Amino acid sequence: MESSDLLYQEIILDHNRNPRNFGELSNATHKAVGHNPLCGDYIELYLIVKDNVIVDVKFSGVGCAISKSSASIMTTILKGKTIEEAKQIFNDFHTAITSEIDKKIDTQNLGKLEVFLGVREFPVRVKCVTLPWHTFIDAIEKNS
Amino acid sequence: MDKLEFRVEKKKTFDVYNIRKDFPILSRTVHNKPLIYFDNAATTQKPKQVIETITHFYSHLNSNIHRGVHYLSQASTTEFECARRIVKSFINAKFEDEIIFTRGATESINLVAKSFASSFLREGDEIVISYMEHHSNIVPWYMISEQFGLKLKVVPINENGEIIFEEYEKLLSERTKLVAFVHISNSLGTINPIKEIIDKAKQYGAVVLIDGAQSVPHLPIDVQELDCDFFVFSGHKIYGPTGIGILYGKKHLLESMPPYQGGGDMILSVSFDKIVYNSLPHKFEAGTQHIEGAIGLASAIRYVQNLGLDNILNYELELLDYCTERMQEIPQLKIIGNAKNKSCLISFVIDNIHPHDIGTLLDLDGIAIRTGHHCTQPVMQFFKVPATSRVSFAFYNTKEEIDILINSLKKIIKKFN
Ligand SMILES: Cc1ncc(COP(=O)(O)O)c(C=O)c1O
Repeated sequence: MESSDLLYQEIILDHNRNPRNFGELSNATHKAVGHNPLCGDYIELYLIVKDNVIVDVKFSGVGCAISKSSASIMTTILKGKTIEEAKQIFNDFHTAITSEIDKKIDTQNLGKLEVFLGVREFPVRVKCVTLPWHTFIDAIEKNS
Repeated sequence: MDKLEFRVEKKKTFDVYNIRKDFPILSRTVHNKPLIYFDNAATTQKPKQVIETITHFYSHLNSNIHRGVHYLSQASTTEFECARRIVKSFINAKFEDEIIFTRGATESINLVAKSFASSFLREGDEIVISYMEHHSNIVPWYMISEQFGLKLKVVPINENGEIIFEEYEKLLSERTKLVAFVHISNSLGTINPIKEIIDKAKQYGAVVLIDGAQSVPHLPIDVQELDCDFFVFSGHKIYGPTGIGILYGKKHLLESMPPYQGGGDMILSVSFDKIVYNSLPHKFEAGTQHIEGAIGLASAIRYVQNLGLDNILNYELELLDYCTERMQEIPQLKIIGNAKNKSCLISFVIDNIHPHDIGTLLDLDGIAIRTGHHCTQPVMQFFKVPATSRVSFAFYNTKEEIDILINSLKKIIKKFN
């Protein structure tokens, strides 16, 4: 596979074209904005958390294909998870995409997030993938 | 042999393939593709003449300047001051001591803001800048405006990315004490009518600073003919080293300004009761200077002079026209910045593809471009885009490279749709 196909996999391009859960939630219990000062991109994240469970989530904002698809895929994962489960997923994911390229990754608990492993070859773009997740953590911690 | 020769053979005709041989980096590959370097507005590549000058300095001449009676110190002082003369004649300053070495355009502007503006401007005085300034020609003025209660006025631009001259005239008044303008915009390519801008400002007695960071590599500059008070640029954008730049200032102004930094070499005598400052240009050159930077910059200027700025300009405009024309083949592509008078760079956006994705994908084809806001966020806000992609050319680029760029862009669009 060419490097470009490794990073821009079809799933990523699809989520970029048709982002899931794109929009706003007027009755959100948690909200945060995440900025990437390097490029001026930002994401607005809206969450409805009930009894420690994420029942709904939406995002809006401006971003590259990598950050937009990361946000989109993140929202599909977050729905129905408890806060602790969600944090654990990000932890594992973060460890995986910031690890050395030749390191063997246990892809078992990464699930759909596996498509982002190609980003390890593009260190400057790791921030694009993690921005939505950092914004999620920010929203949770700010409002708790 | 101890005298640095700037080893440049006279080039008779403009032969880009021959010229490319002077730039070692142009023969390398990136991601297994031949490097296509289209990020010249960020920094330019260095010809071997410049690299050799610096190597020669460290191998044969290295020592501190202005400080020793020994042979090497005198030899390197001579070379350093010779570099100042070369810069002086390159921009046609009247006096050698109007040329101050700094770390770059940014430091030159900060020097003027700190030294001139903070000593000579009073509360209520106005500074006029334009909407298309680089952050380095906004932030220093903003900072001293906050500190001293000055007013910052901003000249608007039109949809083509040109300043609206009538609006500029309206902003000028007796309160205008300083006008700071970019000569060529690094995000739009616009060449501003600085002669008219300077003439207008003079009618109100305002002092004018021109940011020539993007113009010096592409246009002949004559500061006396322009009659600007300050002119700044960076060495690394004109094929010289990083960390060296120039502040040109009119002698009577520089003489009346207080030092910017204190330290060695900028004083005549020091006791704890009284300090006597050194004369120009040393008053503004505190501490050990970037000696090989100055000498390397002089070598780069010699190189450019040998090619001939006219030849360079003609060839680069050819590249600009060719690329602009070929970009019309791509309906999804929109050029940001369509000034009548434009230098050899093109900012663009492509429907539904973020510039960072374009940048990464072009990189994988060996093509280096810049993506982002280019340190001109107000311009991005004006055109309502978060960022653009920018290709910027130098005289060593070719039409074949532009063809590869266009093919690559078409491929990316296909992938995303
Ligand atoms: C128009 C303009 N002004 C000023 C600067 C600042 O130059 P430097 O970073 O070398 O100080 C730049 C560099 O990008 C520029 O393009």
